[in-house]
Amino acid sequence: MAENVRVNVTVNGESREADVEPRLLLVHYLRDNLGLTGTHIGCDTSNCGACTVLLDGESVKSCTVLAVQADGCDVKTIEGMAPAGNGALHPIQEAFWEHHGLQCGYCTPGMIMAAADLLERNPNPTEEEVRHGLEGNLCRCTGYHNIVKAVMAAAESMGSAKGVSA
Amino acid sequence: MSAVTDASAGPTPISGPIGRRMKRKEDPRLITGRGNYVDDMVLPGMLYMALVRADVAHAKIRSIDKSAAEAREGIYAVLTGEDIGVGAPLPMVWVPPGVEVKTPEHWPLARGEVNHVGDPVAVIVGADKYGVVDALADVVVEYDELPAVIDPEKALEDGAPLVHEDLGTNKTHEWALGGGDIDAAMSEADVVVERRIVNHRTAGAAIEPRGCIADWRADSVTLWTSTQIPHLVRLFLAGEIGLSEEKIRVVAPEVGGGFGSKLNHYAEEVLACYLSRHLGRPVKWLETRSENLATTTHGRDLIAYCKMGFKSDGTITGFHTKIVADLGAYYQLLTPFIPCFAAFVMSGCYKIPAVQTDIVGVFTNKFATDAVRGAGRPEATHAIEVMMDQGAAELGLDPLEVRRKNFIPKEDFPAEVAVGVIYDSGDYHGTLDRLLEHVDMDAFRREQEELRSQGVYRGIGFSTYVEICGLAPSRVVGPSGVGIQGGFWESAVVRVHPSGAATVFTGSSPHGQGHETGFAQIVAEKLGIEPEQVEVIHGDTDTGPFGMGTYGSRTLSVGGEAAGRAAMKVQDKAKKLAAHLLEAAPEDIELSGGRYQVKGSPDKGLPLGDIALAAYVPENIPEGMEPGLEETSFYDPENFVWPFGAHAAVVDVDIDTGKVEVSRYVAVDDCGRAINPLLIEGQVHGGIAHAIGQALFEQVVYNDEGQLVTGTFVDYALPTAAELPSFETDRTETPSPVNELGVKGVGEAGTIAATPTMVNAVIDALRPLGVTYMNMPLTPMRVWQAIQEAQGGGSGPRSTEQGRQTDEHGSGSAGSGPASPAEGGDS
Amino acid sequence: MIPAEFDYAAPESLDDAISTLSQGGDGAKLIAGGHSLLPLMKLRFASPSLLVSLGKVPGLAGIERSNGGFKIGAMTRHAEVAAESDLGVMAHAAGLVADQQVRNRGTIGGSISHGDSAGDPPTVFLAAEGSVTAKGPNGEREIAATDMFKSYLTTAVAPDEVVTSVYIPALEGFGWGYEKFVRRSEDWAMVGVCALVKSNGGTCEDVRVALTHMGATPLRASATEEALRGQSLSPESIAAAAEQAAEGTNPPGDLNATPDYKKHLARVLTRRALTAAIAR
Repeated sequence: MAENVRVNVTVNGESREADVEPRLLLVHYLRDNLGLTGTHIGCDTSNCGACTVLLDGESVKSCTVLAVQADGCDVKTIEGMAPAGNGALHPIQEAFWEHHGLQCGYCTPGMIMAAADLLERNPNPTEEEVRHGLEGNLCRCTGYHNIVKAVMAAAESMGSAKGVSA
Repeated sequence: MSAVTDASAGPTPISGPIGRRMKRKEDPRLITGRGNYVDDMVLPGMLYMALVRADVAHAKIRSIDKSAAEAREGIYAVLTGEDIGVGAPLPMVWVPPGVEVKTPEHWPLARGEVNHVGDPVAVIVGADKYGVVDALADVVVEYDELPAVIDPEKALEDGAPLVHEDLGTNKTHEWALGGGDIDAAMSEADVVVERRIVNHRTAGAAIEPRGCIADWRADSVTLWTSTQIPHLVRLFLAGEIGLSEEKIRVVAPEVGGGFGSKLNHYAEEVLACYLSRHLGRPVKWLETRSENLATTTHGRDLIAYCKMGFKSDGTITGFHTKIVADLGAYYQLLTPFIPCFAAFVMSGCYKIPAVQTDIVGVFTNKFATDAVRGAGRPEATHAIEVMMDQGAAELGLDPLEVRRKNFIPKEDFPAEVAVGVIYDSGDYHGTLDRLLEHVDMDAFRREQEELRSQGVYRGIGFSTYVEICGLAPSRVVGPSGVGIQGGFWESAVVRVHPSGAATVFTGSSPHGQGHETGFAQIVAEKLGIEPEQVEVIHGDTDTGPFGMGTYGSRTLSVGGEAAGRAAMKVQDKAKKLAAHLLEAAPEDIELSGGRYQVKGSPDKGLPLGDIALAAYVPENIPEGMEPGLEETSFYDPENFVWPFGAHAAVVDVDIDTGKVEVSRYVAVDDCGRAINPLLIEGQVHGGIAHAIGQALFEQVVYNDEGQLVTGTFVDYALPTAAELPSFETDRTETPSPVNELGVKGVGEAGTIAATPTMVNAVIDALRPLGVTYMNMPLTPMRVWQAIQEAQGGGSGPRSTEQGRQTDEHGSGSAGSGPASPAEGGDS
Repeated sequence: MIPAEFDYAAPESLDDAISTLSQGGDGAKLIAGGHSLLPLMKLRFASPSLLVSLGKVPGLAGIERSNGGFKIGAMTRHAEVAAESDLGVMAHAAGLVADQQVRNRGTIGGSISHGDSAGDPPTVFLAAEGSVTAKGPNGEREIAATDMFKSYLTTAVAPDEVVTSVYIPALEGFGWGYEKFVRRSEDWAMVGVCALVKSNGGTCEDVRVALTHMGATPLRASATEEALRGQSLSPESIAAAAEQAAEGTNPPGDLNATPDYKKHLARVLTRRALTAAIAR
């Protein structure tokens, strides 16, 4: 029987501590231990990206990270994307809603987190850069057309927001 | 017919909710990660279920040693097929009158033998989600292997090993649908074109794998399951677990995609219920993606021997197709029916005097095929539209001209075709004309030639399609008709609350389609309120009327129509009540601008809220009228509905590697009247992507031993955003006369249209190199091999459509498969 | 989906990592980014009893100039390598690995130590004739790229050694090309080719061509190299040299490609990689 390991992770700004099995996948830690079920599981070979979260600000597939590897790290999930309270949404979430960038919703949280990383690295992407930037996220419903549209729209609204506040 | 595009509002301004391009009401919870899918639910005391599955394709089970698993800490039960007593096997609901369908017994756990890789042989339940997976390896199963039956055509040969000894044959059934004199048609033809067209096996591959939670409490059970058909699952469970229907509640929570693969009832749903009763605790089961690719229904997998007769001017005299359908070892809900559904649309958009489709189904040691987006109609459309291009080429005619020559003209609708079905409305010339407004063919052909001289091989392919959906008129498909043991109506309850807001309870069961928005728009318009005031409740057998679920592009044309009719019944009552309150005659009340008002005296009017309050506080209601404001409708359509359209794909082929890139995809679709254009576009995009996936990337491959080679998403290659272009979509609107809404359905249309556009486009690109025909999948290697063959060169072992490898001359080599006849030639 | 049980250690110094690894015996394995190892463990193709994480060992990440070339810490993520354009072909290849999420976790040291012939960094490493520094209980040593890849998923790194850095030489005067042929952009290469060409007035002064996924290990296309060295860098001589790219290879077939098709791809991609290298 393997020994449990103490992990300290900050999740969506909140400090969390737990003793976990070393083999516990980060995605299961988030979903089952913390009840953050917005991050989804769609495959078992690190292809689909439905489990994408931000780890220390960078997109990762949380099914391919052990919870113990996240010790001392900062995790942001879909639940942490919107500014707290009063139903406000992150511009990427707004854009997905506006442009019908989702149908069944299952790939959506992972897609939004991947988009967040993409736009952080490249605030003004071309359509091709968006398509390549999302190559780690599978969708079966939308054909990606509106997802790409949503991410381009989010880039514009986030860019102009920055312009305004500058 | 009004003509609209996706960008503009069209010539008729949209005032009411119907037709409004509104964003979805379901999205807020989904974009914030607050959707409630099966795996998101946790019940107190919940246990976890996992299945021990066969790793061989065909074998007798010699022994199962459960002892080590049972001894493991935290394991509560380890049961095999003999331990599980269920009242009925898993259902297959097609009983065609006068046709024998050999039907193997299909129990939730294998009994005595296994017939495909992944066939479940034991079930384990434990307290820890990870611990049950560990316990799987503890169960030791010994098999006496039998030969695996893999190639469906070989399986039909005399002396072939049998999948089911007791059935005495690998042939499942023979079924045919036809009309007109096919023999005369072929003799009258100037040219008869023959091709062997393969539609290879694919997977539904919804991003959410299947799962369920069963919670048995004393004498009743609740099952949450990721399904497209909650009410039907309840019906089947009643017989299987020996509990009367009213004591069973089935709930489809948020469902992460279905694509037909969840239009089904699976072993695990029965097992979870059984084990929850056995253990007195909730039991959760979730499949891994590997299990999903092995034991959730596959789609397509048929070989069509097509013969199309043409006059030299391009007129089609007849179309005869013989289909060999690889169904797998067991049936799921509709397995043997799906290839037969293709027969209903084998005329395509064309006036063909004689059409005959003969189907033979075959058992193999694979998982079951069943409905996957399009369910038979993509196979039909692929065959027809590829044959149209092949015929045009042989006749030396333009493929679009051949289509035009044979289109059923607009004036002929409703149009009865040779096989006896009646297409409701259509304008095939119209959608093709509209498509060509977006695609300048003269410019394309010039550009194509220019690029070719630079060594760039660009091609364009077309598909003009009609499809049969809006399942379905019950008397046509029911027990004495086609033979499906069910009705295909849909239900709705529209309940107006005292405040004037409304809730719609629908028997429809969404998994991404946007029912909560579309149905709200319909009902809101009929009631004179706003969609924001209408909630749509679905997927729970406890909260609404019995319904048939969501598949077959029936959401709007059947489900939405039912909701609309229930809402009209409410409108009628509201008018009567308004008349009473306003002291007018009911026939003088009109609904306008959100008010029930006296015609000609708009100042005398009431909003729905006032009327509802009066209905629930019935101080002043007409004599004989019941209080309350709630109505039910069960709507059984008179006919199918027939969406149609014209698609074009532009591809670039790298002839040195065979890689195909889709550089442009244009789709003009007519799904009748639009309820929400935003949702329509989304369905078209998704459908096209699904078909491009099959045409270029996706393939379910079993090797000769029956091992599933494409067992994970590494190998089952769903396209990503990087492989696809943005789609150019446009619409025409030819209302359907079949339902009051005038809608036709659009969920499967993209998938039905798009595979032939891809094949036709690649052939168009490669004709100069001598390639005249190819089957899907158009993988780089297969395209390159086709080029080599056409150029007379060697290409080493060839890859068949089933993913196996043969040498150039067709006989087996390198441990690979059986002979594969040359592409496109004689059968 | 669920790995078998294992113990986990996250030492905070390199020496601790080495001793923990040694003490762990045969069942102990290092984990860096985990994107080669964890997928294998989740399908239960690998079941180490102890994972020793390098995640908390300081000083193992970063890119610095060294002896004209680059010393890349073993724990440097593919994404970081990809962002350092001075790394030329190594940056380009790192940017082609899988997808952004994988590149944010997978490391260059992990990739090269794993030695998957279908991976991109090992091929470039081989073409560049780089080396790794490996430290074990018996001290530190350099392993040259040519000695690195032994057989399928087996490298010269001993089970008790930790690769601490990867050295990529300066490659002064070499133009480069890396052609990766894939079904989908996030896939492993069906076949890949790395070409490095040093031109001297239109003549090939030196050339290295390495192949991805053409055998059990990354391979040098030595017949092509010999055919081109000293020749003019004309399209004809490049084509002729590229025709020999698959000489001596015996690639196993798989779902996507028969051996013959792979050999054909090797030839086509070699020609393209060489052409790109000359253009640079």
